[in-house]
Amino acid sequence: MFVMIARRLALGLVTVWLVSVIIFLGVEALPGDACTAILERDAYGEALDACRKALGLETPALHRYLNWAAGVVQGDFGMSANGHESIAQMVGYRVRNSLLLAAGALAVGIPLAITLGVIAGLRRDRWPDLLFSTGAILAMTIPEFVAATVLILIFAIWLGWVPAIVLTPADAPPLDFFPEVILASAVLTMLMIAHVMRMIRASVIEAMASDYVQMATLKGVPYWRVVFRHALPNALLPAINVIALTVAWLLGGVVVVEVVFNYPGLGRLLIDAISGRDLRVVQAITMIVAATYVAVNLVADLLSLMLNPRLRSHQAQRR
Amino acid sequence: MSALAATRRMRAGALLREVVARPSGAIGVTLVTFHALMALLSPWLVPYDYTAMEATLTLAEPSAAHWLGTDHLGRDVLTRVMLGGREALVITGIATPVAMLWGGLTGVWLGLCGGWPDEVAMRLVDAFLALPGILPLLVLITVFGTGGEVLLPTLAFFFGIPVIRVARAAAHEVVARDFVSAARARGHRPLDIVRHEILPNVTDTLLVEGAMRWSWMLLGFSSLSFLGFGVAPPRPDWGLMISDARVYMSLAPWGVIAPVLALSTLIVGINLTADALAKTLGLDRSRTAVI
Repeated sequence: MFVMIARRLALGLVTVWLVSVIIFLGVEALPGDACTAILERDAYGEALDACRKALGLETPALHRYLNWAAGVVQGDFGMSANGHESIAQMVGYRVRNSLLLAAGALAVGIPLAITLGVIAGLRRDRWPDLLFSTGAILAMTIPEFVAATVLILIFAIWLGWVPAIVLTPADAPPLDFFPEVILASAVLTMLMIAHVMRMIRASVIEAMASDYVQMATLKGVPYWRVVFRHALPNALLPAINVIALTVAWLLGGVVVVEVVFNYPGLGRLLIDAISGRDLRVVQAITMIVAATYVAVNLVADLLSLMLNPRLRSHQAQRR
Repeated sequence: MSALAATRRMRAGALLREVVARPSGAIGVTLVTFHALMALLSPWLVPYDYTAMEATLTLAEPSAAHWLGTDHLGRDVLTRVMLGGREALVITGIATPVAMLWGGLTGVWLGLCGGWPDEVAMRLVDAFLALPGILPLLVLITVFGTGGEVLLPTLAFFFGIPVIRVARAAAHEVVARDFVSAARARGHRPLDIVRHEILPNVTDTLLVEGAMRWSWMLLGFSSLSFLGFGVAPPRPDWGLMISDARVYMSLAPWGVIAPVLALSTLIVGINLTADALAKTLGLDRSRTAVI
């Protein structure tokens, strides 16, 4: 068990390290550097040299990578391209806001997705299943910005129930984002429900078709007892990993949704940084998202390892 | 050789017939065919020039002259919607097979050979997949800039990475079978084993995977356009049109609704086709469980 956990941890760290190398090399491959981006048309002669010296760009790449990586480990991402704001400061509130959005979507989405998935799985190919599954496919296939735009058109413009976009500044207290945030988290919730529900449906169907459920049914165990005691605990276990993937997706993939709703989260900061070619901010955000992704997946792996008696005993036997 | 080619063609025809026999497949194939034809023929069908502006007719309602109204610059929405899928279809239509090819071959090769190259490659794949959604695309675009000549290789590269994993898993299943051991025992070279034993057994999986990847790539492409990193204006593109028309949504909803419908029908069509294809080939997991 401990060997297993240590192995997963080590693999996670290797992945994060590889991401940092890829990102650093990606930015390194650029024509021009942070200084040409800051100085724009004045980027020549003495001004360029002075700027490079100030940012430490004349040192070798390996040296700079080590410096950068050492900073990142301590939560210091350096200064942004405009030169008077530390990236850690810029990112702080944005991370909180993105987490807020994700937390809202998760709190509503997960219970709803599990309920719908179980109903669809048990009533397979009958109308509740057809309805939910078609809805899920639609929600999954239609691009986020299309779904968001249609929701704004219907609920904000035609019906006028909720505000269309968020105008609250990034550093406002969390409660100030209501009710502007409702539509944005509705879009995310919808997408998340679709993914998680489909997964739960498939695993409920699989569990109901299994030998132990058939055995229980043949023994004369009542239907609902079979469902809740025999099928569901096994069917819901794989959901942990899907939920983990969704959490990571919520943090990284919400870029489009945040842009549509003008929500001051990590995603919109990323788009602004890309438009302004502020590479260090792009580096920082990508590192944060990748590290979160790895961490969340690691936790999910360990959780399902601990909750699944089969995996547990299997590992014990092997040792 | 010619006999083999003939059976392949027959198989493709039979497969298509079986896909269309399912309701989802029939709807999907119809939608995709319609969009493909529209992309091919629209330059000769459009009523107006896509850049022609009428200053007196901005954000006009749908009328006999402009069936879907006009946009904020007085350009005909119908014309732009008819042309708006061409760039996306061409770029993703080329990038998807390229992604499937390099990802698929790499995955199969890794699945067959294993060892330390496999371990290293899979760690790299994990690292790339740790950047979810369109994040890696955005990073590459920051590095190399926008435009079709950048987008095509970028999309082909990134969408090939998850394919490596799928192809590797599919190859692993085949590699364990007796006929591969037999081929090895006969002393066939790895390349021959890949070509004659493994590839024929993973094409079904890769076909379905390719159809799904295509719809995701279209999604990614139009999201990039929407964010302003894809097709450059004034060329018409659905993602870009939705982004532009969004600002005037309360005055002229048709400017948003028309490209939304066009993009959605294409993506839903591809998904329905992929779904029917998977079921026809017997690859749908939830279908194999019987209640």
